[in-house]
Amino acid sequence: MSRYVILILTLALPALAGADWLQFRGNQHNSIADANPPTSWDVESGKNIAWTADLPGRGPSSPIVVQDRVIVTASDGVRQDKLYILAFDAQTGKELWRRRFWATGRTLCNPESAVAAPTPASDGERIFAFYSSNDLACLDVDGNLLWYRGLAYDYPQAGNDVGMSSSPVVAGETVVVQIESQGDSFAAGLDVQTGLERWRVQRAQRANWSSPVAFESATGWQVLLQSVEKLTAFDALTGKQLWDYKLASSEITSTVVAAGKLFAPANGVTALELSENSSAPKLLWDANKITTSGSTPVVYDGCVYALNRAGVLTCADAKTGDVLYQLRLKGPVWATPVIAAGRLYMVSSAGEARVVELGHPAAGDKGQVVFATEFGERIQGTPAVSGNALFIRSDKHLWKIAE
Amino acid sequence: MRRLLVAVFIALLSVATSLGKLTAAELAPSLAKLQRVGPKGEGHAEATAAWKVVAAAKPQQLTAVLAAMDGANPLAENWLGAAAEAIAQKHPAQLPVAELEKFLAETSHSPRARRLAYELIAAVDPQAESRLIPSLIDDPSLELRRDAVALAIEQAEKTLNSGGQAAAEKQFRKAFAAARDLDQIKSLAAQLKKLGVEVDLPAHFGFITQWQIIGPFDNKWGQGFAVAYPPQTVDFSANAAYEGLTGDVKWIGHITTDPYGVVDLNEVLGKHKGAIAYAYATFDSANEREANFRLGCINANKLWVNGQLVLANEVYHAGMEIDQYVGRARLKPGRNTILVMIAQNEQTDSWAQVWQFQLRVCDDVGTAILSQD
Repeated sequence: MSRYVILILTLALPALAGADWLQFRGNQHNSIADANPPTSWDVESGKNIAWTADLPGRGPSSPIVVQDRVIVTASDGVRQDKLYILAFDAQTGKELWRRRFWATGRTLCNPESAVAAPTPASDGERIFAFYSSNDLACLDVDGNLLWYRGLAYDYPQAGNDVGMSSSPVVAGETVVVQIESQGDSFAAGLDVQTGLERWRVQRAQRANWSSPVAFESATGWQVLLQSVEKLTAFDALTGKQLWDYKLASSEITSTVVAAGKLFAPANGVTALELSENSSAPKLLWDANKITTSGSTPVVYDGCVYALNRAGVLTCADAKTGDVLYQLRLKGPVWATPVIAAGRLYMVSSAGEARVVELGHPAAGDKGQVVFATEFGERIQGTPAVSGNALFIRSDKHLWKIAE
Repeated sequence: MRRLLVAVFIALLSVATSLGKLTAAELAPSLAKLQRVGPKGEGHAEATAAWKVVAAAKPQQLTAVLAAMDGANPLAENWLGAAAEAIAQKHPAQLPVAELEKFLAETSHSPRARRLAYELIAAVDPQAESRLIPSLIDDPSLELRRDAVALAIEQAEKTLNSGGQAAAEKQFRKAFAAARDLDQIKSLAAQLKKLGVEVDLPAHFGFITQWQIIGPFDNKWGQGFAVAYPPQTVDFSANAAYEGLTGDVKWIGHITTDPYGVVDLNEVLGKHKGAIAYAYATFDSANEREANFRLGCINANKLWVNGQLVLANEVYHAGMEIDQYVGRARLKPGRNTILVMIAQNEQTDSWAQVWQFQLRVCDDVGTAILSQD
């Protein structure tokens, strides 16, 4: 195993608490948790519902967990211009603090989305709450405001017709945002301590909702951006372009980095081998039978799991892209599933959840639905996992699911 | 010795801050630092420390923090508003309700600060809505006004349900006159229509409905956006003819009948791609004043008032909504000129064929300013 691969596998985000879930799809952008969440729960009876908290607004954004605090964003108001960030005690569900800001950028959104669409990110000490209006607030875990950027205040034509949703990522000492729209279109790396711009690169003037991916290589932190034209890797500290690879990737779902490979949502899914010297990756396979639409694939135990909009789960061999089986779950789906303890947890937009026991497909196992339930509310955010608990948010509530 | 004194002072200040004992005068420098934050992270270093000082202030100093939002830019409003809420969250039982009410009553304060003051009052006083909101129906804060209009609608519906149609109509009319939010205006217009009352929506919003339109001019590859075609450079003449994309083009008079002032250029000029149109109007102002020029446009656009460029947005097919782009300009007494450039690109997607705009003139609250002619 190469040094590069080892580095990628460790993805050493600084000062992590064991149970933190620091960003969209977790600390390593892979939607996998070392945890054992419940296999059944019921919001009606309260079975395995440790607590429920009310939220002041809507949001497709996911919760994150930082230092035993569950952080959630929400947006509200007739113009969707009230931007909330709230912190709850992960153990008790008590609201510890909330902050509200007014959007300084465009809040036009499809009714199915909301301004609190991007998932916040954290470096374990600071929280970076980002919104479709391109407001980026940095707070410490106690709710103290450290800095605030109105990126559409600075670049007023940033915004698209259905709302922005790309989630920020932390790459070392830099927080990276991908703001791609028909107007001002760019990606920027900001100093986590000051919010000042380290770099900014122009991007194509078209809407892109996918999220950047950060990973640490032998030469430092890199950030990967995708578009309908190509994958591009940048040095996270300087913004210097390291390589690009022509590949028409999805503008909605994001790329997965796993075991030294990239799994990009392109031509179905395209697998690429990362190089050791920060040069362009090499094609391993592409498989157009692995369909993704709203949710990002998960690579686990030698398999690629992809959930399409209709709720059909495709399991494919991560070495070849060959489809091993398909399983109809429940659609429509926007939220990326998570995998923990060999089980896949998914929630549809209508709030219908399924737990799938994945088994060992290499040995001929096929996934089995072992639990089904309903939240009864619209859910678009990916679950967060911390300890042995799932944290799931709707447009109205945040639930902790734990035994 | 001097250094020692400074150090002692800083230490005392730090202790006082930590205990939330700063006086208003001592708080002022920190508030000033929050007021000074600007674009692109300007003032962050000072503001980060200042925010902690302000957030640790006594609840009795809440109105001073809110008052600092007066005239502040939107970024500074966020720093200050978040600090005010942090103070209130730390001391929920000690809010200075009487002071906050006095602050709320002074309409010269920042609309957002006053709204925040109201919400802090309402958090501890369940009667606050019924006691304070109804009188705010003409308030400069859109949020306070919205709540007052909502209560007025509720009252009118009750009146209607109890059989008082004439009284209900009067109440609905009053609510409609005060309403500035699109959803409330639409709802009230529909309600009044059921009662046999037709409202003039374009006049309520201040949409310009009478235009002279000319085009298409060349915008292949989007390059026309930067070109100054004759409508930009030559004074308006109704009989003028210029070389256009497909031959000579002339001004065409057009009156939109759309209730929201939308001008469909595909209808007026025919469907063109890679094309630019200009729309010209005059506006007779009763006096000299500042005005908002609020443009909704799904295409790239520019707006000039009296020959001065007010807006320029090279954005294609990223949605359209009322008040999408807000520009400010000064109207002079008498005749003013308005020129809009609307640029269509060459996208072939079915959703990228729309070529339209709407423009209204109003004040900062959204109250229509109407041409006198």
